[in-house]
Amino acid sequence: MLKININGVERQTRSAADTPLLWLLRDELNLTGTKFGCGIALCGACTVQVDGVAVRSCVTPAGSLAGKKVRTIEGLQDADGARADGTLPALQQAWISHQVPQCGYCQSGMLMAASALLAANPAPTDADIDKAITNICRCGTYQRIRGAIHAAARAMPPKPLVGAAVRPVAAGNFGAAGTPKPNASAVNPSARGAK
Amino acid sequence: MKRRTFLFAGSGIAGTLIVGWGVRPPRARLNPESAALPLARGEVQLNGWLKISGEGIVTVAVPRAEMGQGIDTALPMLVAEELGCDWSQVRSEQAPVDKMYGNVEMFVDSLPFHPDQRGVARDTAQWLVRKVGRELGLMITGGSSSVKDAWGPMREAGAAARSMLLQAAAVRFKAPVSECNTVRGWVVHASGLKASFGELAAAAATFTPTLPVTLKDAKDFTLIGKSLPRLDAYAKSTGTATYGLDVRLPGMLYAAIRMAPVFGAGWTKFYANGAEHMPGVKEVRPVVPGRAGAQAGIAVIADAWWQAKRAVDVLEIVWSDQGGAHAAPGGGTSAGLDTATIFHDYRNALDAGQEKTYFSRGKMGEALAQAVTEVKAEYRVPYLAHATLEPQNCTAQIRDDGKVEVWAPTQAPTVAQWLAAKVAGVKTHNVTVHSTFLGGGFGRRGEMDMVVQAVELAKSCNGRPVQLIWSREEDTTHDMYRPAALAQLSAGLDGAGNPVWWRAVSASGSVMHSMTARLGFTPMGPDKTNAEGLSGKVYEIPHVRIDHALVQHPVPLGFWRSVGHSQNAFFSEHFLDELAHQTGKDPLAYRLNLLQQHPRHAAVLLLAAEKAGWGKPLPPGRARGIALHESFGSIVAQVAEVSIEDKRPRVHSVVCAIDCGVVVNPGIVEQQMESGIAFGLTAALYGEITLEAGAVKQKNFHDYTMLRMPDAPRVETYIIVSGEVPGGVGEPATPPIAPAVANALLKLTGKPVRALPIKL
Repeated sequence: MLKININGVERQTRSAADTPLLWLLRDELNLTGTKFGCGIALCGACTVQVDGVAVRSCVTPAGSLAGKKVRTIEGLQDADGARADGTLPALQQAWISHQVPQCGYCQSGMLMAASALLAANPAPTDADIDKAITNICRCGTYQRIRGAIHAAARAMPPKPLVGAAVRPVAAGNFGAAGTPKPNASAVNPSARGAK
Repeated sequence: MKRRTFLFAGSGIAGTLIVGWGVRPPRARLNPESAALPLARGEVQLNGWLKISGEGIVTVAVPRAEMGQGIDTALPMLVAEELGCDWSQVRSEQAPVDKMYGNVEMFVDSLPFHPDQRGVARDTAQWLVRKVGRELGLMITGGSSSVKDAWGPMREAGAAARSMLLQAAAVRFKAPVSECNTVRGWVVHASGLKASFGELAAAAATFTPTLPVTLKDAKDFTLIGKSLPRLDAYAKSTGTATYGLDVRLPGMLYAAIRMAPVFGAGWTKFYANGAEHMPGVKEVRPVVPGRAGAQAGIAVIADAWWQAKRAVDVLEIVWSDQGGAHAAPGGGTSAGLDTATIFHDYRNALDAGQEKTYFSRGKMGEALAQAVTEVKAEYRVPYLAHATLEPQNCTAQIRDDGKVEVWAPTQAPTVAQWLAAKVAGVKTHNVTVHSTFLGGGFGRRGEMDMVVQAVELAKSCNGRPVQLIWSREEDTTHDMYRPAALAQLSAGLDGAGNPVWWRAVSASGSVMHSMTARLGFTPMGPDKTNAEGLSGKVYEIPHVRIDHALVQHPVPLGFWRSVGHSQNAFFSEHFLDELAHQTGKDPLAYRLNLLQQHPRHAAVLLLAAEKAGWGKPLPPGRARGIALHESFGSIVAQVAEVSIEDKRPRVHSVVCAIDCGVVVNPGIVEQQMESGIAFGLTAALYGEITLEAGAVKQKNFHDYTMLRMPDAPRVETYIIVSGEVPGGVGEPATPPIAPAVANALLKLTGKPVRALPIKL
């Protein structure tokens, strides 16, 4: 019996300690937003965050997660504070307003990688994005992902600065951009997506 | 009764009857009783394509697979436009399997006519194929045909439902129908009276539409032509979209499989090595080679997939080279076969003159004498895997009452239904197929091997559902591949350097033959896809001959995004640049000179060239390459800007222009251009499947490389405004990118690219 903190909740799980986190999430906890793509940490479809860092859950043993905090796509909406009005965080809003997803299969992993990047680097350059987003998208949504990350970086409310981290962006940008309004499609779920 | 087929609705919630419309006049599909959609409380179905809730939510039945190409959005737009909806009230839902949703235009597109060919022969053939296509009623997504096929029926469906709403409103308003109109989800009357669709739906269902329906004039479109946001963007940005392997059912088991590495082969014995006693394992069992090219293997069924996977990995299996499902016609296995032998066989076939003519124009014999110079080149391309990011999977349940349910990310639910019925030994109408989102399709998910295997495995599960998931390694080594091909191109140039004659002869296996054999039929006749992309070029060259030699090996071949165009556009468009290069001419001017009677093609080419700044100076070490290719009813031109870094081509940007006729959603067209380019560029730069001793050598993304963020070029798309019939957009951006990049490299290095993937 393992105890793992997933999306802020302590979960008791039956899976063996050597079970990859991916399969614990998908088959035992029914958190199917995290996807299986390659099984050997190459494609990033299974990306989740452990203590805020993007990791490949397909090669992360469940037993290695005691005392750590796991966040999956299902918990991303709460990552920068739960929203009373039910709107999505800036990153997911940018994903929709940039119309990033096509088949969509890689997007959970892409979002988790992008969110971890922005947490560590609130104003990433193109080179930073190239380095951090190592996931595969077969539909070629890369340039929209790049655009959405930049847009989210502009839209996110400035956080209290820690240490020497300084955002190389004019402060005026934040107020002007604000948080985008919910896109029309945000209230338009497709029935195929209904669980 | 004899000619009509009455089926009970699979989901049965509405309890109405489904009537196959293939044997009825096309308009019958507009009747309320056509196909029964599952209805939630308060929902009213107005015809087989749409239902309206009390709150006025219009849900459109989408009969095609959403695999990224945006069909879940584009098709509802057609209905919503004619109905008069506000986009915020529109939803999509997967249509049930029914003949009325059959794809007709895909079959029409498969006819081997040259784009320039018009007239009675073509019209007659198309009429006949449409008739047969309607009879077949195959729900299949492919050939970039969805919008083209739905353009008529789904607008008619919206217009028919609108007619019913207007009649209901007219009664309520005590006014003539002609004074009522639909505006953004309301029926409004000139007097100012209005009623919402939700209020009127129940009453509207009691009327029949006034036929024939009148469709809107293009100038009155309010939704078609707008970049409306995709209906699936929210679900796909929140992890809530359900793909095949996200299906979760009570009591569901999971299965992992290892298949014979050699195509068509089986196994002689296996040692469980304790697998049957490992945690969660229910059964270790062979999977016999089956229909649809399902390869023989050994599977493990367990409570969780990881348990099944761990157990299947400890099995010791002695594979045989003999026996098993034959993936290719002619029988036999791929035992001992390697890629070098395959290309050797191709060359022998060409040397022996085994080719057949697919297209010819003019008189090649006379033309030979007219040319001053002759140019020759030989090209080759490898096998390619689809590498959908969602590995192949299918969930199946054989219930105690004999009913069979299948959950599949499939491009062909009708075929899935047929095959599931055959494997389970039940009548087709006892099988319900639930289509999920597809984590990539690209043609791979028109195949049924995983469905056959899942239903076979369900026989062991005592009524419980089982989800079969292939590992990435099994997926890469058991694909139905884009054929490897060898092509010899030659041309004769006049004194001014322009081509007088053009000849292409290529050798490869046939996708159609391979698939036909998999489905249990005898392959015959020429396969149009072998020559498409060479035979359909419109360049005004007086004498042309396009030949192809069929050389089939026991390697399963399949439809791979843009099919024959994927290799043949590279051959034809790069060879054209070789001619321009040899004569010292500008590749753009060289093409335009050959397009004087083809203004649509010339306009696309010029648009791409202009937007890319063709002819303007570039930094040292950079060059532009241009290519033009028509496929699936759309014309695409691309200009790639390329440099060489670390002895590898680096593609900085691609400017893409397309004429796809009437545009439904320009935003989705842009997405598909970006997507098609990334897909084609992955193949051009990295894609290569090789065989060693009859087995595919590549296993996972470390040796079957994909385009990633740092190598993805910036893509700009420009769309020609057009009133022509809609063309496809899912595939046409893939063919031109390899030659566009190769043409830039020719300029940079002076050396042609004679093989893909590009190796400098």
